[in-house]
Amino acid sequence: MRRALGWTALAAIALALPWLMYPVLATDIVTWGLFAAAFDILLGYTGLLSFGQAAYFGGGAYAAALLAQRAGVSFPLNALAAGLIAGAMAVPLMGLAIRRRGIYFAMITLAFAEMVFYVINEWRSLTGGENGVQGIPRVAPGGFSLASPLVYYYTALPLAVLGLLLCWRIVRSPFGRVLLAIRENEVRTEMLGYPVVRYKLIAAVLSCAISGFAGGLWVINHGFVALDAVHWSTSGLVLTMVLLGGIGTRLGPLAGAALVLYLRDFLSTWTDAWGVVTGLIFIAVILIFRRGIVGTLEPLLVRGPKAGRVSPSQPGLSPQGGPGLSPQGGPRRRLTG
Amino acid sequence: METILIQLFNGLINGAFYALLSLGLAVIFGMLRVVNFMHGALYMLGAFGAFLLGTTLGVSFWWALVISPVAVAAVGYGLERTLLRRLYDLDVLYNLLLTFGLTLLIQDVMRLRFGIQGVPYPAPPQLQGVVVVGFMFFPTYRLFVLVFSLAVCLGTWWLIERTRAGMIIRASTENPMLTRALGVDVDRWIPLVFAFGVALAGLAGVLAAPMRAVSPLMGADLIITTFAIVVIGGMGSILGSVVTGFVVGALSAVAAVYYPAAANVLVFVIMAVVLLVRPAGLFGTAEAA
Repeated sequence: MRRALGWTALAAIALALPWLMYPVLATDIVTWGLFAAAFDILLGYTGLLSFGQAAYFGGGAYAAALLAQRAGVSFPLNALAAGLIAGAMAVPLMGLAIRRRGIYFAMITLAFAEMVFYVINEWRSLTGGENGVQGIPRVAPGGFSLASPLVYYYTALPLAVLGLLLCWRIVRSPFGRVLLAIRENEVRTEMLGYPVVRYKLIAAVLSCAISGFAGGLWVINHGFVALDAVHWSTSGLVLTMVLLGGIGTRLGPLAGAALVLYLRDFLSTWTDAWGVVTGLIFIAVILIFRRGIVGTLEPLLVRGPKAGRVSPSQPGLSPQGGPGLSPQGGPRRRLTG
Repeated sequence: METILIQLFNGLINGAFYALLSLGLAVIFGMLRVVNFMHGALYMLGAFGAFLLGTTLGVSFWWALVISPVAVAAVGYGLERTLLRRLYDLDVLYNLLLTFGLTLLIQDVMRLRFGIQGVPYPAPPQLQGVVVVGFMFFPTYRLFVLVFSLAVCLGTWWLIERTRAGMIIRASTENPMLTRALGVDVDRWIPLVFAFGVALAGLAGVLAAPMRAVSPLMGADLIITTFAIVVIGGMGSILGSVVTGFVVGALSAVAAVYYPAAANVLVFVIMAVVLLVRPAGLFGTAEAA
């Protein structure tokens, strides 16, 4: 009963959102929410901190933009193609990155995202370099115009919801259970006979493909894309959203995306010190609020056997520390790589 | 041929900065197991330190070369004592995230104060002009940067490998429990090592000030390239990070002669190849994989 009420309220908010704020911002919240949820498959459920998700979100955005502008591919086919392209990009890049763990994985994904940034920057004939891609048409099949921001919101919303359901389905499936096992103890999972590397790669490719799809939905909303979509600050922004909302929770990424984007929009009329604000949020969350908003509220609101089932037993990317950690290692936990 | 030699020289200069930065990262990582994302921001603070010392107090480049890194070290010491130490009991990724947040904060504060354009900083008068070697001209300042940073790298190596303080640091890196049991107060050394590592970043910043525009974002992309170099070399050894820094700098510059667009991308391609062939890094040990 309580659950049904909750979902109804959520659906009502989703439907009313573009009437409560500028519709373009509402669409941004929905698309970034999907991006954040896809990222959380890696961060919250597999324990992989990728610092380079901008490559796939932004890469998807560029793909959808170019398909729409140069090849006349209509919406939503261009966004779906963006997801496929981002997933294809992830196969070699994530395939290499998962050869290392922990802190190295974070650095490698960051470095590969920087590579994608430079490639897009240099490949001016295709991507427009620093000018980006402008004048992206927003047309549905049959030439039906989606130019009105309100119409576009209600077109993009069901697609984003489908993406979200897919994310939730992935982490709650038997496949997702193995991802949780990897997060908790990778070596033990491998000893149990699961091909850990393949699981991590599939999780990464799925996450990146959905991120690319979100990037496609996002770029058609704005009609232009520039280099900042593939910049590391975009990777940092989605990380802020997930951490603030609560890693490894179902609604955390959505709450984080909504709060961060709304705050940015609200503050932009007062000050341009956005970096200061994000930095402070980030530091505060890391130091004192590691469970995030939903991670803190959920155990209080939802009682019963299912409460907190998939949230981490303690705040932590991998609460068990992972391989290389010896229990006798002293008070300072040593996690090499 | 001449172009290649000149590019090689310029590449070694870039390599000097990579080496100084990855050296600092390696020293910090060894002792604290923290990957310091702030390194680029502190490099930028080092450059601004020199600029501010020069414009407000009229301090010369040579004094700035001493004072600014010490100031950056003090900032690092303070941050370690107040913030970083709170997270040592958690997964090391939390400190990467914390230093990332601090980077956003530091960079944006500097942007609000100084704007995005950057400010000029002149090379010291003693080092202006060029040195002629055979048929080639080398800017004196760049030559100085190359020699000086090599000396700093050697000095650091000597400090870590040949002195008593270095012995304690190596022992604490190897096995903090055992080192504690032998009567060394490891926790007292942690902030000092962190301060020393970030001082190297500050020093690199002062060296960069006369060559590159002093701007709030000067360290932002540099730190990511440095991360790639750290992955290529493996964070295992002091020597490894220095050698990798210089070699990658030189290779990128030479590649740019043939294909200019490759200059920025090559380091990441090298990283991909190393991951494919030797995932632990060229100088890394399998344990750290």
